[in-house]
Amino acid sequence: MDKRPASFYWLAAFFALFVLFLYGPTITILILSFQGPEGGLTFPMNGVSLHWFRQLFAGIGVVDIGKAFWNSFGLGLIVTVVTVVASIMAGLAFRRRFFGAGALFYVAIASLIVPSIVVSLGIALEFRIFDDSIKAYGDAYEVEWIWQNFTTLMGLYSSGLGAHLTWTFPFGLLIMFAVFNRFDPAYEEAARDLGATPWQTFAHVVLPIIAPSIFGVALFGFTLSWDEIARSSQAVGADTTLPITLRSLTTTVTTPAIYALGTLTTLISLLVIGSMLTALVVVRRRRAARGSDAGKGLV
Amino acid sequence: MPRSAIAASKWTPYWQAAPMALVFLVFFILPLIATLTVSFWNYTQYSIEPDFTPKNYLEVFDGCLSNLPTLCTTFRTYLSTLKFCLIVWALTLVIGFTISYFLVFHVKTLTMQIVLALICTIPFWTSNVIRMISWIPLLGRNGLVNQGLMGVGAIDTPLDGLLYSDFSVILAFVHLNTVFMIIPLLNSMFRIDKALIEAAYDGGASGWQTLWNVVIPLCKTGITIGSIFVVTIVMGDYITIGVMGGQQIASVGKIIQVQTNFLQFPLAAANSIVLLAAVLSMIVLLTRIVDIRKEL
Repeated sequence: MDKRPASFYWLAAFFALFVLFLYGPTITILILSFQGPEGGLTFPMNGVSLHWFRQLFAGIGVVDIGKAFWNSFGLGLIVTVVTVVASIMAGLAFRRRFFGAGALFYVAIASLIVPSIVVSLGIALEFRIFDDSIKAYGDAYEVEWIWQNFTTLMGLYSSGLGAHLTWTFPFGLLIMFAVFNRFDPAYEEAARDLGATPWQTFAHVVLPIIAPSIFGVALFGFTLSWDEIARSSQAVGADTTLPITLRSLTTTVTTPAIYALGTLTTLISLLVIGSMLTALVVVRRRRAARGSDAGKGLV
Repeated sequence: MPRSAIAASKWTPYWQAAPMALVFLVFFILPLIATLTVSFWNYTQYSIEPDFTPKNYLEVFDGCLSNLPTLCTTFRTYLSTLKFCLIVWALTLVIGFTISYFLVFHVKTLTMQIVLALICTIPFWTSNVIRMISWIPLLGRNGLVNQGLMGVGAIDTPLDGLLYSDFSVILAFVHLNTVFMIIPLLNSMFRIDKALIEAAYDGGASGWQTLWNVVIPLCKTGITIGSIFVVTIVMGDYITIGVMGGQQIASVGKIIQVQTNFLQFPLAAANSIVLLAAVLSMIVLLTRIVDIRKEL
């Protein structure tokens, strides 16, 4: 093996410092969340306990953490499924020419870089206009049902879901672009020549080849939704999500309970990251072990 | 291509692209149109009313020209945000470039490169707010940094300006967003043909000359894409500046959020449009250099 140049060691040291910078702070709060009942927000540790986790489940102040938790979890799952399905479909669409392809691509990029507060406010305004219109319609045509039941269209699974999708779709689409740019259409042609229907070709040829990337899209879908604040902030209506709750707690809670909540959310993120990456690696390994040539078109 | 495939495919891309297109239409395009429209509306304490008035924009720029050279709130806020933008951009660029350079040109095996790149990316998939508050035990008045500095006798009284200051805001921005620089730079650097580097060395170029005249020009696309991400994130931010600045530092995003909370929707909409225009013009400047689509 070649001898490493001196610059390697300098850069390696820089990399190590950067990793410490990335992970160090998070590890400190993971440790401090096990602070003893008398302990504070900083070191030293005053004993080790699960006190602050119990405190968390008992409830901090007036905030319903359990509800926020399940709101975020449910929303995250739906966002993941919708992102995966819509991204694969759009990825397939972009393999052919269609009218508006360029526009859709630039809209996706725009959605990625337009400041989230602007998108969030926009959705809030749009739904306000929807609500006002529906109420006006109810008044004009004297629709009893609207008078009795209608308050707003805004909610976690309407405007909130949409807000999250504008954030996860661009990532899903870009991943699919990268996948299909390196996809060899010969496999599909072979399947078609052997008499497979378009659906069979997709289900038995294309899907298995792109499977690892699907776990990648799912990973982005869930984690981005799970931690999303800026886009949801004005767009979830009366509901709340865990990150929004967490952010408001930063100004009011001055005990390690907030670290306990941090530890809990981070663990869920890590669990999802770990399982998606494992699934990705396992699918690839298994394919390699079987000696199949599927996926050779992928990088 | 077989005839059946052509016959079956004429409308296929349309229904395949439809779900994504529809979501973007309802939750991105229409909201932007709604924002633009409402920015010309009138408002009272209780409601917003259709109108066509420039008064929201006049209020945004109230006193901006007449009071010069004293800066109005809007100009002051943009200037402060631009300052963060520039500092954070420079730091993430230098750090991101160094990290990517190490991964691509010094790490030998592909597996190791992927593992190390993942190590840099995993924090991106965890919560930003938690990563912000995780600086409290380090930078607080009784935090590790102050304890350490007092321990070695560098200072007598704890430093107050570590947390809830410009410093902590910049630190958190760099902490959270360097990944947006690293990923596009990795993408660009992986495409550089190693033979070019060899050729430069063989031609007698020094390490720095090779870096400056070969590597950096070939990373232009990565640098531009990374810069667009970092600049737009910092320009529109109100959460990092809010949490790390102890809710004391102004930002454009924060102005919009506060006005929304006070139900001054048309005013918030006008501010959003101005912010959008500012961000877009910065992107146009940056994209003069590159075509994003070629990079995928």
